[in-house]
Amino acid sequence: MSDDAMTVLRLEGLRKSYNVGQPNEIEVLHGIDVVIGRSDFAALVGPSGSGKSTLLNLLGLLDQPSSGELYLLGQATSAMDDAARTALRGSSIGFVFQFHHLIQAFTALDNVLMPLMLSRGKPDKLAVQQARELLAAVGLEKFANRKPNELSGGQQQRVAIARALITEPALLLADEPTGNLDTRTAAEVFELFHKVNRERDCAVLLVTHDPRLSAACDRTINLVDGRIESDTLNQPASQQK
Amino acid sequence: MTGVFGRLWTEWTIAISFLREGRAQSLMIAIGVAVGVAVIVFVTALIQGLQVNIIERTLGTQAHIRLLSPDEINQVLPPAAGTMQLLLEDKRAQRLRSINNWQQVSATLDQLSLLTAVSPVVSGPAFARRGEALQSVVLVGIDPVRYQKIIPLDDYMQSGQLRVGANDAVIGSLLADDLGVQVGNKLRLDTGQQNSAVVNIAGIFELGVRELDARYVYLDLKQAQALLNLPGGITVIDLTVADIFAAEDIAAQVGRLTSLQAESWIKTNAQLMNALTAQSLSTNMIIVFVAISVAFGIASVLSVSVVQRTREIGILRATGATRQQILRIFLIQGAVFGLLGSVLGSAASYLLVWVFNTFGPGLFFIPIPASLLLMAMLLATLTGILAAAVPSRRAAALDPVVAIRYV
Repeated sequence: MSDDAMTVLRLEGLRKSYNVGQPNEIEVLHGIDVVIGRSDFAALVGPSGSGKSTLLNLLGLLDQPSSGELYLLGQATSAMDDAARTALRGSSIGFVFQFHHLIQAFTALDNVLMPLMLSRGKPDKLAVQQARELLAAVGLEKFANRKPNELSGGQQQRVAIARALITEPALLLADEPTGNLDTRTAAEVFELFHKVNRERDCAVLLVTHDPRLSAACDRTINLVDGRIESDTLNQPASQQK
Repeated sequence: MTGVFGRLWTEWTIAISFLREGRAQSLMIAIGVAVGVAVIVFVTALIQGLQVNIIERTLGTQAHIRLLSPDEINQVLPPAAGTMQLLLEDKRAQRLRSINNWQQVSATLDQLSLLTAVSPVVSGPAFARRGEALQSVVLVGIDPVRYQKIIPLDDYMQSGQLRVGANDAVIGSLLADDLGVQVGNKLRLDTGQQNSAVVNIAGIFELGVRELDARYVYLDLKQAQALLNLPGGITVIDLTVADIFAAEDIAAQVGRLTSLQAESWIKTNAQLMNALTAQSLSTNMIIVFVAISVAFGIASVLSVSVVQRTREIGILRATGATRQQILRIFLIQGAVFGLLGSVLGSAASYLLVWVFNTFGPGLFFIPIPASLLLMAMLLATLTGILAAAVPSRRAAALDPVVAIRYV
């Protein structure tokens, strides 16, 4: 089967083992088959140790599967070398982590520009303009020149989201993005993800422990012991609000 | 899309912000590098200054190359074919004799651009006598104008003036002391060739070399030739060259050209050259070991920095940095340590040399050539990049998955 324009990510029989060839070899993912479409707003849930983080690293091309294939925008990735995977990751995937992971030495604006700086060199006026617009979109236009340690946790996470969006990725991966935020800020950040999904033609996959968050997503993928136990479409909860 | 230069801008920007963030650390290692560079530059300048001074003093009182008649040897007929020759030979005594055709040789040498001065000299042994006192001396007949370019005698005059000819002679200060003579006194010179002359002492020089000050008597060419029984002849052609360290090569060249025996100052001062070479060797050892310790300092600071920045390296990798970019970010930091340190160090060494020249013992002057400073900066920067290689590779090799979760 070939991927149409609406498919962002397709996994076929994806497996991941650690300590390969050693006595303590352990397989964490036992063959994952998932398709994620362009408009998906999905939650990846599962108990600790189920392999969520491992799967997320594979999806983000940060790690390589032991077997199986991962198609990103129709391209098979398992045979790619590090430079090619880095380039594809840089252009089509945005990351948001639990601990907002900004570079402390740079301002919010420079942090947002970082992916462009790494792929294209010195940012031009257009890029800076774009970064300011993204900061405005996450409600931080007044904080562009602040360093990360001068921002609150929620503000830092919003800068991280803006950074993930600067390359206009097809897929936004978020690992417990609201994990260490208070409930109200978490709701705001979550709503921001939803807005990104609706307005920017960008698939969003959230890894979360929080059943309320996953229920608010359009789709819930439940991972248990390295296998997909269930993959269900939710009632459009966000619209019930 | 911009080219390689535009890409390096990003690495440069990130490297500089990392350095600025770790300001105290950066400053400390830069000072460490600076101390090393200052030591290297100061020691190099000191030793160079000292060596130039020693060589200048040595060459101030001697020619760079001396051309002499080839030794006289016994002419032996080659043996007839099929016969064997047994030869018992007494080496010939080398009598004082003139260089053949010296006028033409001298004129030819005047044309050579490699040489800066050519001075024909006649020299031979004699006795100087005053009353009962007798000293063995070396008579040196010179053309004062030409000879001045070899040894600037005027600069060494102690009393009287440099005037030879018309029975005037210039003698060394120790000889004057030994014979108890002053400018204006008379001296009898006796060569044992049934020739003797009474000369008027026109000047007394002090070259600072015992052997010369105790034995040299300068006359004009004609009078020396007459005394040494070499009418119209000369025994030595003194030469100077522009590049003193090429003297050996030029001597060989001139020797071939003139079929004369050519001795360079390098050969006649072999001991001194050995000492200077040994000194240069120990200087180079100091430079190498200081450079090694500087390199280890930079490497260890960057190693710590890589560990401290593990998480940030992971973030950069996740946001699209390639392994090459991470590598370059840390190599640039090494280069900046080297460059910054060497700029500080060069300034410090400049100050040290100034202090030495102004308040030091004043035995000699140390020049600090700009090329030495530039060289030191270049070397320090390269050392910084080289020292950064190991930690940079470790940073580039970090697994982004592990790095990003590093706390």
